[in-house]
Amino acid sequence: MILAEHLVKKFGDFEAVRDISFEVQQGEIFAFLGPNGAGKTTTIKMLTTLLRPTSGKVRLDGLDPATHQLQVRKSFGIVFQDPSVDDELTAFENLDFHGVLYKVPRKLRAERIPKLLKLFELWDRRNDPVKQFSGGMRRRLEIARGFLHTPKILFLDEPTLGLDPQTRNQLWSHVKQLNEGERVTVFLTTHYMEEADRVAHRIAIIDHGSIIAQGTPQELKQQTHAETLEQAFLALTGTTIRDEDASNVDQMRNFAKMWTRRRP
Amino acid sequence: MSAIYVMWLRQMKRYARSRARIIGSLGQPLLFLLGFGFGFGPVFQKAGQGNYIQFLAPGVVGMTILFTALFSGIELIWDRQFGFLKETLVAPVPRILIMIGRTAGGATVAIFQGLIVIAICLVVGFRPVSWTAWPAAFVYMALIAVMFTALGTAIASLLADFQGFQLVMNFLVMPTFFLSGALFPLSSTMTPIEVIASFNPLSYGVDGLRGALLGGGYHFGAATDLAVMSAITVVLLGLGSYLFSRVQL
Repeated sequence: MILAEHLVKKFGDFEAVRDISFEVQQGEIFAFLGPNGAGKTTTIKMLTTLLRPTSGKVRLDGLDPATHQLQVRKSFGIVFQDPSVDDELTAFENLDFHGVLYKVPRKLRAERIPKLLKLFELWDRRNDPVKQFSGGMRRRLEIARGFLHTPKILFLDEPTLGLDPQTRNQLWSHVKQLNEGERVTVFLTTHYMEEADRVAHRIAIIDHGSIIAQGTPQELKQQTHAETLEQAFLALTGTTIRDEDASNVDQMRNFAKMWTRRRP
Repeated sequence: MSAIYVMWLRQMKRYARSRARIIGSLGQPLLFLLGFGFGFGPVFQKAGQGNYIQFLAPGVVGMTILFTALFSGIELIWDRQFGFLKETLVAPVPRILIMIGRTAGGATVAIFQGLIVIAICLVVGFRPVSWTAWPAAFVYMALIAVMFTALGTAIASLLADFQGFQLVMNFLVMPTFFLSGALFPLSSTMTPIEVIASFNPLSYGVDGLRGALLGGGYHFGAATDLAVMSAITVVLLGLGSYLFSRVQL
């Protein structure tokens, strides 16, 4: 369903993604794990037509996101890591507009939007502009929006960041339900290892732009003689904190952007 | 079609909800109308050019539309920074429809602002020749609005953040306004300015608008104004669509 072969993304001299290859089967829940700045979001952006790869091959449902943008966009849904709702619109309008853009029929919208707003406990605030929402409420709205249409592939980029345990539970049970009921393929990233251990069928661990391990949670634990996935993760990626790295990456990217944009 | 509508509707809702913006953006045209209009009025009259308010009002309307339209286009940078752009970029809708919807929304907002300023002009003493002038005037207003919203979108597609904004403001928006014949009659100015103005699309928009409202006195001629405005609008729409379709995040 998702295929990446020798995928590379460079920002100027900086290689954010270095020659990675992986494959996700239909109906699989695939977790893409790695420290901050490892290249997870960059990879997702390349898979979802937001960024063109420097080199390598990508296929979503057999199609190349670079050449068949529209068809590829029709096949997936995504919950972004950072905010992407419109602050000036109300919670309801955000969902409704999303439904129109994703061609969810009016009847289905009228049925699903209230259901999702109630599920993520935003129903009472449905007519308030999003700018009045707290961080957690915005996050819940983003997730509710991601579930409004049923795509073939669902991308979840750190969906549980900043969520309370209740909402996290709702989210994962919903994801499992979609995966089992409608055979939706799920590609997710998270920093919570126990979540990945619980929901993912297979895991790839990426560090400094390269995939350093791939397999089922069980295999990864055996490989590193670890009891939990978190221990396995730390054994594979080391214990150095990457925040410095991450901001470097951002700087490089901004620099690269500035540069390329001046000379289009 | 529904994608265009929804993008347009979003702009309308945002506009209707920002009363501060609506009122705030009327300050500048009002200042030009009152300060310039009454300040230079006597000089203009002495030079044998007639009533300056009559001359200036279409120019100030053009200015209002220029500013509002360009900023509506440039709002794309906001959407990029606040994240909503991502939502529209991954949607299963051809980007050209997103672009058309945005442009239609921005242009509608600009036309609204232009109509409010016309109402103010009428209060201040501006008198169009006859009410039959309105349809033609409206066409020019719409052309100015669409043209500069498309231009704003094109520019915003190239900018990653607001750092380049001042550049656009000082080297594009202000010169477009001041070198357009919005404030002074073109036929009586020095040749270099006239040459520059003849390359400025706003000159044709203002000229057409003025000619329509005053019932004649075109500098370029109604047919030229309409042809030039339409052609440039089409080109900028194409350019904006192309650049927007290539936006990466």
